Amino acid sequence: MRKKRTFLPETYVVLMLLLMYLPIFVVVAYSFNDTKLFHWAGFTFSWYQKLFHNQTIINAFFNSLKLAVLSSGLAAILGTMGAVGMAGRTFFGKGALEGLSTVPIMIPEIILGMAYLSFFSLLQVPFGMLTLVAAHTTFCVPYIFINVKASLQSLDPALGEAALDLGASRRRVFFDITAPLIFPSILSGSLLAFAMSMDDVVISFFVTGPETATLPLQVYSMLKMGVTPEINALCTVMLGTVFLLVAGARLFQSARKAKKGR
Amino acid sequence: MKRNKNRPPITLLPMALWTTVFVAVPLVYVLGLSFMKKAATWGVVAEFSLDSYKNLLNPVYLKVFAQSFWVAILTTVFALLIGYPFAYFTAKLPKKHRSLVLMLMLVPFWTNSLVRIYGWMILLRSQGVINGLLMQFGVIDKPLKLLYTFGAVLVGMVYALLPFMVLAIYNSVCKVDWSLVEASRDLGAGRAKAFFTVTLPLTMPGVMAGCVLVFIPSVGLFFISDLLGGAKTMLLGNLIKNELLSAKNWPMGAALSIAMMAVTLLVIRLYQHFSRDQNLEGLL
Amino acid sequence: MEQEVILSLENIHKSFDGQKALCGIDLTIYKGEFLTLLGPSGCGKTTTLRIIAGLESPDEGRVILGGTDVTDWEPNKRGVNTVFQSYALFPHMNVENNIAYGLKLRKVPKEEIKKQVEEMLELVQLPGFGERMPSQLSGGQRQRVAIARAIVNKPSVLLLDEPLGALDLQLRRQMQVELKRLQQKLGITFVYITHDQEEALNMSDRIGIMNQGKILQLGTPEEIYEHPKSRFAAQFIGQSNILKATVTGRDAAGNLTLSFGGGTILASGQGEPGEKVTLSLRTERVRYGREPRQGFTLSGQVKNNHYSGGMMRTVLTLPTGEELLVSGMGDGIEGRLPAGTQVHIGWDPACAVIVERGWPDEAE
Repeated sequence: MRKKRTFLPETYVVLMLLLMYLPIFVVVAYSFNDTKLFHWAGFTFSWYQKLFHNQTIINAFFNSLKLAVLSSGLAAILGTMGAVGMAGRTFFGKGALEGLSTVPIMIPEIILGMAYLSFFSLLQVPFGMLTLVAAHTTFCVPYIFINVKASLQSLDPALGEAALDLGASRRRVFFDITAPLIFPSILSGSLLAFAMSMDDVVISFFVTGPETATLPLQVYSMLKMGVTPEINALCTVMLGTVFLLVAGARLFQSARKAKKGR
Repeated sequence: MKRNKNRPPITLLPMALWTTVFVAVPLVYVLGLSFMKKAATWGVVAEFSLDSYKNLLNPVYLKVFAQSFWVAILTTVFALLIGYPFAYFTAKLPKKHRSLVLMLMLVPFWTNSLVRIYGWMILLRSQGVINGLLMQFGVIDKPLKLLYTFGAVLVGMVYALLPFMVLAIYNSVCKVDWSLVEASRDLGAGRAKAFFTVTLPLTMPGVMAGCVLVFIPSVGLFFISDLLGGAKTMLLGNLIKNELLSAKNWPMGAALSIAMMAVTLLVIRLYQHFSRDQNLEGLL
Repeated sequence: MEQEVILSLENIHKSFDGQKALCGIDLTIYKGEFLTLLGPSGCGKTTTLRIIAGLESPDEGRVILGGTDVTDWEPNKRGVNTVFQSYALFPHMNVENNIAYGLKLRKVPKEEIKKQVEEMLELVQLPGFGERMPSQLSGGQRQRVAIARAIVNKPSVLLLDEPLGALDLQLRRQMQVELKRLQQKLGITFVYITHDQEEALNMSDRIGIMNQGKILQLGTPEEIYEHPKSRFAAQFIGQSNILKATVTGRDAAGNLTLSFGGGTILASGQGEPGEKVTLSLRTERVRYGREPRQGFTLSGQVKNNHYSGGMMRTVLTLPTGEELLVSGMGDGIEGRLPAGTQVHIGWDPACAVIVERGWPDEAE
């Protein structure tokens, strides 16, 4: 029997990718459609103009950006310190603390949302940026903690010992050896946390205040209200940004690889 | 100076405090809340009561539970059926294509999830793209009702959670030692036989992790059923949201959350049991 | 000649999770010597090294370095450096920065660092490699960088943890010669760890045989090889016949006479008549032939011959059923004898060494 070369696998992968991009293409296409309705009525940039003059959306965007920067930054500090502190030690309650710190991304988000709504009400903390940052930081910590922990585990313990052996203090070992080597994992964990914070609907929904609508919440309420094509424009801008960032990161990586391989 | 390896270091303190205050305490409070009574107008009365848990047995709630789990199960099954071949084929692509496919799959994942759901709304609307095309080609005379249906919710759920399934399976397919598959072929197994007796069992950890990663969030994503299912498809997530914000029945919302948590823990326990992954490393 | 002691370990004990790793290590190391700790994996040799480096602290006992008790000192305060088994080159630093790391910590001026790094690269035969990253080096090159990084600090003692373990045979032989050359040139004390007897015998001034957390024997390669003091040492280094014999007395020349294998054999050492002892006899020391000669006290027959790369191994059977393994260049004493040949057997009495009082258990 001869082996037959089929293109089924490639076809399937390409078809699935197309299907994944279908809703995105539609959004991009409609952002240039000169009507509020659903038929094609010619090309326009007017939705982009409207978008850039829509103060509510712009405010929401900056709220989200501020929130994501603050919470992924705070989480990066907490998560990194936690992972570094736990590495190579065994103490009472370590397992429990590890488990507890990953709970926020293991349980459905709505449970945490509900917990914060009732908890902050009980403490009479006013809902707003403060509660948002607290909630987002909590679910950002695990992304960084897990990433850094994995990176520390894959680190050869002999590297730290070699530095100690060459005369470095434990502080120096951390800053000269450990920190540079786990930095990529802190960065990738923080980026993931940043993206999760920018995208979060469920938890933000419960802890937001009257003046701190985040971008996803703003989009959600606009979608619930009815159709505003500015959303298409907004989505296209966001997609474009992400694509540029990803493409940039890949170019940067391959440039670095090329340089290294010299 | 000697280091004591058995004492938690000071650097751990911030994270320990944070998780205690913002994870442990709120969750314990929810547990307490679920045993309290709803006040007549607003808030709760700190009085022990099992009312909320008794209410869970109310047929209206039971129906939501059933529907939620039905959606979650269907979502998981479809994500698995679609995601397994995708992950498997991707893992077997040449290396440079592999990373491109993975990147293309992950980019939408990094964009706003609402955006992608909105795209489906445009597609499925009665004057939307799919209906428009179908009518244009004369397949149908009247627009089909696609949006605000159970099917639309399912499409949205599978679409939103598929990457989790694909990544989990992809990772385990990459770890497969292909010489084992070759050995089974060498011993006389056909392609299908080799797949079902060797490849599939070897990738089972990824399949299980993927199922957990899809199942758990699908119980709570209220906004997908909100936007794609209208008010018709009431899921557990929507119910909790309504109890909290519309009915202002916090103890009831808390009890529902606790029930949801119990199911989550059960699923995780089952996963631990069957995949022998005690540290949940496959899930993280 | 009175030698200067540089490092001594006194009664070091260490356990991990209740498992005894070291039970009372006493070791004195002299300045400028090449000392090898040789033993199977898990014998405690790496733990001993890590205790000297300060990477583990002993449960009991003292580490004295250059006359100072450094038992509780942090590793960075001790004047010793280590070449790690995995090399442990810092992957984010180039070769130059790896080598300069220790000097930078000691705040050596920049020009001085640059000069010394250059010298080191010359010394380990890697000139011009300063800009490379560790990932761009071969195994042997990494090995040299790891050595350069340690010796640039002029340590009073250099610790080497199986440094050649990851290299292939050819390279390993070459590096053995180079390491020895470096050690003699720099005059640094080397404490070397290996499980490879050939490495130990080739390079060391003294060898410490370790097993189960103890140093069984310490001596020059020759002493260790020719006069093993334990069954373990006899079997771990080279190939030995282990003979269970009973002392009968002494002959006119002062050799110990023992009954073994249906005859009387000669050995060196002390023993009371009637005492059961275990002897070690190197396989290449056994002589045999068709005709009896001076000192051939046993008789037996050739069981089989086995050629293994330049070496002939022959098994001889004694009337009592015991077997003797003989190795040689294939010429025996009368050339290769076919299986079944009746032969006379003997050896130089000095080559049969008592390694144990009593007989080992059959179960072992």
